[in-house]
Amino acid sequence: MKPFAYHQPDQLPDAAKLLSSIEDSKLVAGGMTLIPTLKQRLASPVALVDLSRLENLRGITDDGATITIGAMTPHAVVAASKLLQTKIPGLAALASMIGDPAVRSRGTIGGSVANNDPAADYPAGVLGLGATIVTSMREIAADKFFLGLFETALEPGEIITAIRFPVPLRAGYAKLKAPASRYALVGVFVAKFTDGVRVAVTGAGAGVFRVAPMEAALSGNFGPSAIAAIKIDTDGLTSDIHAEADYRAHLVTVMAKRAVDAALS
Amino acid sequence: MQISFTLNGRSTTVDVEPATLVVELLREQLNLTGTHIGCDTSQCGACVVHLNGLPVKSCTLLAPALDGANLLTIEGLQGAPGSNRLHPMQEAFREHHGLQCGFCTPGMLMTAVALAAENPNLTEADVRHGLEGNICRCTGYQNIVVSVLAGAAAMNAAKGE
Ligand SMILES: Cc1cc2nc3c(=O)[nH]c(=O)nc-3n(C[C@H](O)[C@H](O)[C@H](O)COP(=O)(O)OP(=O)(O)OC[C@H]3O[C@@H](n4cnc5c(N)ncnc54)[C@H](O)[C@@H]3O)c2cc1C
Ligand code: FES
Ligand code: FES
Repeated sequence: MKPFAYHQPDQLPDAAKLLSSIEDSKLVAGGMTLIPTLKQRLASPVALVDLSRLENLRGITDDGATITIGAMTPHAVVAASKLLQTKIPGLAALASMIGDPAVRSRGTIGGSVANNDPAADYPAGVLGLGATIVTSMREIAADKFFLGLFETALEPGEIITAIRFPVPLRAGYAKLKAPASRYALVGVFVAKFTDGVRVAVTGAGAGVFRVAPMEAALSGNFGPSAIAAIKIDTDGLTSDIHAEADYRAHLVTVMAKRAVDAALS
Repeated sequence: MQISFTLNGRSTTVDVEPATLVVELLREQLNLTGTHIGCDTSQCGACVVHLNGLPVKSCTLLAPALDGANLLTIEGLQGAPGSNRLHPMQEAFREHHGLQCGFCTPGMLMTAVALAAENPNLTEADVRHGLEGNICRCTGYQNIVVSVLAGAAAMNAAKGE
């Protein structure tokens, strides 16, 4: 690692000011993605702005029709939340499947969503539930947030403070893990609301995406058989050492059926 | 920068560069070499320590995160205070042959203790899921899983005493 200065502000405006005033500075949340990047010298910021002392960015609040999760809330806390286990069990289950216990102790929802790894789990939950990303500057709908490979709608200097999830009637997540990294080879999040169903896929392509034909079929009949015959196009899907595009396309249908099963159970 | 934290029960203050990893601080500056580096890429779990009671990979943790925190390393793991005994999880690993070369063992133990402390009703499936971030090149995991279940039962029994 190259040396860097370290700042631990305890107020959001101070963090935002540090981030925008120091050129080549970077936020650090759980560090589970950033620290490996620094070690490989894929990034060499002159300063890190640590968000861990911003108490307002931590915790899960029940707002009735929505649940808000602070950006600095670790995966383990989301997985163990009684509130989420009751109201959005699919999201708590998703968090329990990320990495391993040590990764879940440190890694945060804000870091995962900001990073937008094409195989990360949270982007599927955030897009599948149609959540809102709350930042230091504005609110961004999930449908407008994820812009493809590691790219998001975040502007330089913008800090995610929380993610606000509408409470669905039912929701479920299923993934096939890449055995070494435990990231999603393919993961599918399915959520049923009074006004329709949303289906979001991670791991399969350059970024998380929705599957309109599955959403339409499930809105009519919310059961795995409704989508068993729907196969997505391999155009734009990833082929790599882990799996070919047509296998990933096949997995999307299999994982979507399992996610529906999980939502129904 | 100067950071102060509790290390295995003792308050400690050190001067570190912010770009210091906790595992480097432990091994090179504080001479606590029980915490191992297996991969240095967050995969193997040989470096697991407890930060405020939670298992974390010390190769993926910057020293400034320790400021004000409570850190427990394998050197701090022990049986009932004053008993001069091993921790029940360590006893279980010895009893059930949960190690061969021992390289992964400090991390296995720290992860196992955290798992057992968090869930008093551990099943074999919970143990296998919980050990996903700890890699062992020797044992084939079978005896590690047996050891963790036995160690967890012993920890529960000790709590009940
Ligand atoms: C061994 C291992 C296994 C893993 N397995 C999985 C897995 O199975 N599934 C999965 O989804 N992920 C997995 N991860 C990634 C993990 O979930 C990370 O925690 C997550 O991707 C990043 O979160 P973080 O809090 O650690 O962010 P950091 O590493 O601290 O930051 C990541 C990036 O986001 C930026 N950032 C952080 N917080 C904010 C914010 N509030 N606002 C704006 N920008 C911000 C940082 O500047 C940085 O660029 C794994 C990681 C490891 C090391
Ligand atoms: S050395 Fe830290 S996980 Fe391998
Ligand atoms: S006992 Fe040798 S690596 Fe586990």
